[in-house]
Amino acid sequence: MAAATELLMLTAAQMAAAVADGQVSAVELTRAHLDRIEATDVKLHAFLHVSAESALAAARVVDDRRAAGEPLGPLAGVPVALKDVFTTADMPTTCGSAILAGWQPPYDATVTRRLREAGVVILGKTNMDEFAMGSSTENSAFGPSRNPWDLSRVPGGSSGGSAAAVAAYQAPLGIGTDTGGSIRQPASVCGLVGVKPTYGGSSRFGLVAFASSLDTPGPLGRTVLDAALLHAAISGHDPYDSTSLDAPVPGVVAAARNADVAGLRVGVVAELSGEGYAPGVLTRFNETVELLESLGAKVTEVSCPHFSYALPVYYLIAPSECSSNLARFDAMRYGLRIGDDGEASAEDVMSMTRAAGFGAEVKRRIMLGTYALSSGYYDAYYGKAQQVRTLIIRDFDAAFEQVDVLVSPTTPTTAFPIGERADDPMAMYLADLCTIPSDLAGNAAMSVPCGLAPEDGLPVGFQIMAPVLADDRLYRVGAAVEAALDTRRGQPFLSQARGLAGVNETAEAQR
Amino acid sequence: MAGATRITSVSITRDEVAHLARLSRLALTDDELDHFAGQLDVIVGAVARVQEVAAAGIPPTTHAADLVNVFRDDVIVPPLAADVVLAQAPAAEAGRFRVPRILAED
Repeated sequence: MAAATELLMLTAAQMAAAVADGQVSAVELTRAHLDRIEATDVKLHAFLHVSAESALAAARVVDDRRAAGEPLGPLAGVPVALKDVFTTADMPTTCGSAILAGWQPPYDATVTRRLREAGVVILGKTNMDEFAMGSSTENSAFGPSRNPWDLSRVPGGSSGGSAAAVAAYQAPLGIGTDTGGSIRQPASVCGLVGVKPTYGGSSRFGLVAFASSLDTPGPLGRTVLDAALLHAAISGHDPYDSTSLDAPVPGVVAAARNADVAGLRVGVVAELSGEGYAPGVLTRFNETVELLESLGAKVTEVSCPHFSYALPVYYLIAPSECSSNLARFDAMRYGLRIGDDGEASAEDVMSMTRAAGFGAEVKRRIMLGTYALSSGYYDAYYGKAQQVRTLIIRDFDAAFEQVDVLVSPTTPTTAFPIGERADDPMAMYLADLCTIPSDLAGNAAMSVPCGLAPEDGLPVGFQIMAPVLADDRLYRVGAAVEAALDTRRGQPFLSQARGLAGVNETAEAQR
Repeated sequence: MAGATRITSVSITRDEVAHLARLSRLALTDDELDHFAGQLDVIVGAVARVQEVAAAGIPPTTHAADLVNVFRDDVIVPPLAADVVLAQAPAAEAGRFRVPRILAED
């Protein structure tokens, strides 16, 4: 079929159709992406591990099944970039941490298994902030990934490797995890669609835990429909995750194809705007709200007064859970062990190993969580945060009595320069200001591209939030925004991309 | 973030950070303690804002999914083989994890 570049630029839905029709083999498609990774990843560093052999083997299975006349799933033969926080029985899993460098898990995560069962081809494991703590991938022990639009800037985080890979056409689809915004914020700054499904809608089994009451696997794609197809492929009840919801998967694919917002009630969150937001972010956000109105949506402003406490609540609850979860890295059963000289005690070895194996942000959060859970501080910090979490959920409940979805910018700024916030934790935390409320409430939220900020020409994300298990509404609104903006522009969003995000400019960007 | 610095009475000392590091089993260097003490002081000051909210009588949310007592059928499935698990251990001996001495000299 077509030249490799044209193959890479297809949507995931088009790729699957081309494989199903026999226009291209899954092996050819996989090889084109592996070549693209080889040509670009020296600059981008999206991947921690590329598994060409197992990817080609998985593609061959899809081709064989097609040849045998077997029915193929809607994403069969389509490559994916998998965040290195999911266990894979045939690839290392490091979580971006030195403490797990080279660790080879003995089992597949449920998300991994479902991808394989769907015939999705796992190209490799992507870079991330260590244990998913961060908003830039700069906290990876293996060095940062770069934003394909501008290599001097961050791709967001923590799922920044997956986002960079998808934006740079190394893969049409990516899997991330969202604990405080780690899918939506990188999607926003890389010009992608990223979705945090309803908590419990996608399984945490085999997802190395950061904050168990918040962690949610979800899709990244270049189009709303592609994200929906991946969302559907990984979702559904899993008996191995006791917090998995035993409920039907919302009709996200049908909603992405429907794209009708006529009569839909849209609430603009009053608290997620104003000071601290880049002018270009607000310009594009406001335009998109007007666009939705022009498409027949009923727009009102909604107040969620406790959202301004979401950031402090999150930075008590997430570190508390992290300090408990990361206690498992004790240098005894897997991972790094330092200082075991026959004299040192187990406790000394543990302390030396954890000091050597964890990076600065992980250490900060473990200590912060230990503080918040300490006797004498528990009620004032962790306990209080849990109560305010209830108030944030009540704000959502009240809002969703008036409107069907809430909207806001996804993150207050466009991609920031690498290094700018690296040793300023509070500045880094602000990147998740708008995304955290949905994590705390466990509801569903999406970031969809809504244009480029005039001041720097970088992507801006539009966030849509929907009630628990109403994930389909995200896709309805996201697809409407995508279609209307594409029509107005006369071309798809990513056709404006530059750097490695513009596939035709590869040669130039590589110079 | 507006108001982030409003509560200034909350502070965390270097000694407290050293204590937290011990509780967290992190053998930090003096330089790290200096560095983290300043940063944690700022972060604790910022997160202490939750105390501004009147929340008396509000039930805590421990979990986003409102699930209790989740059961599944008690089906016996083969566990991972011991050699597979031990293959990733930092040290193994005689089919078991080998660990450092449990008790220190003092």
